[in-house]
Amino acid sequence: MADNKLDYILQLADNALIYGHRLSEWTGHGPQLEVDMALSNISLDNIGAARSFYQYAAEIEGGDKTEDSYPYLRDVRDFKNVLLVEIPNGDFAKTIARSFYFDCFQFHFYTALQQSSDERIAAIAAKSIKEVTYHWRYSKGWVIKLGDGTEVSKAKMQEALNDVWDYAGELFAPNKLELEMQAQRIAPDLAPIKERWDNSINEALKAATLTITDENGDWHHNGGKDGKHSEHLGFLLAELQFVQRAYPNSEW
Amino acid sequence: MVNKQEIYSLLENVCDPEVPALTVLDLGVIRDVIIEEDLITVKITPTYSGCPAMNTISANIKFELLAQGFKNVKVEEVLSPSWTTDWMSDEGKRKLKEFGIAPPQYKTKDNPLEEDAIVPCPRCDSKNTKLVSQFGSTSCKALYKCLDCLEPFDYFKCH
Ligand SMILES: [Zn+2]
Repeated sequence: MADNKLDYILQLADNALIYGHRLSEWTGHGPQLEVDMALSNISLDNIGAARSFYQYAAEIEGGDKTEDSYPYLRDVRDFKNVLLVEIPNGDFAKTIARSFYFDCFQFHFYTALQQSSDERIAAIAAKSIKEVTYHWRYSKGWVIKLGDGTEVSKAKMQEALNDVWDYAGELFAPNKLELEMQAQRIAPDLAPIKERWDNSINEALKAATLTITDENGDWHHNGGKDGKHSEHLGFLLAELQFVQRAYPNSEW
Repeated sequence: MVNKQEIYSLLENVCDPEVPALTVLDLGVIRDVIIEEDLITVKITPTYSGCPAMNTISANIKFELLAQGFKNVKVEEVLSPSWTTDWMSDEGKRKLKEFGIAPPQYKTKDNPLEEDAIVPCPRCDSKNTKLVSQFGSTSCKALYKCLDCLEPFDYFKCH
């Protein structure tokens, strides 16, 4: 049972880490200086939250585990993040579309996670929710600005939202581990979070004069939570873990 | 035996590496100091999750106390309740402004998202200022511009 809690903490950590890593790829490449700083800051907040979860995981597992053991010394199949956060950034609209869905999820999810029966998880959620509130406001702001903008920006934003849409469903589809954690009140029920997420997303889309045409119905990509990833995660980890693999246990 | 007050006054020497105008006490990150025999434990609350300054702050607290001759010093992070700018001292806010950074304008419960916040320019005190970017050079700051003296400036966000 303790093992399962460890896996759940790693899932929380992996989502934040991989999302943070993807956003960090914009550092130095943002379309404006302000965007560059914003995406880098949002990246840092997420990597910080990931560290808090990894530190907790290392304490539970004990032995010679440290917060670095998990990001640097695990292979693709061990990562439990949703596919949404690992998809490549694409252009700015696609990055914003992913953030729009994921920040909104994190906002409602961390709000609920503050009630976790695990005090440490609740504390990390309470700390993160303050930061995520700004992230959500930021990505929502861009969707509205681009959607309700020029003909070109509207078309690009619409296309990006459609492209990424089929990755959002996995956020709300609990796997076996999550159901078990929900039963122990460690994890929140995802159904009411989905309802709040739908409301927030729809409200923002209305302001953005955009609509999602949900061609595939309830179908969505799936598998990340159980370690079945797209090819993209391998490339991401190759970069993230390069130094540790080339120079194991090196310190500076 | 050393008393708590002495440790607190030594902590006045430890500054935030990114905002050196502020000591760790001004910043409000010190939760408690616990003295047991020869062990001194300083409990701190991290500001932002990803703030790289936190590691430096922990290390600097240790260095300061070790340099003062204490041999056994521990710095512990306390996550809950999470840090808020409400804990920043008035002296800290005054020093921030003098340093050219507009201090937090609200208590977080009054206006958590700082909707329509009015942030006076730290140089000329004009309230005619404009938000340029919600995210600034560090996690804790937003970027503003004064429309009267035309200077850009950092704002230490409410958090
Ligand atoms: Zn001014």
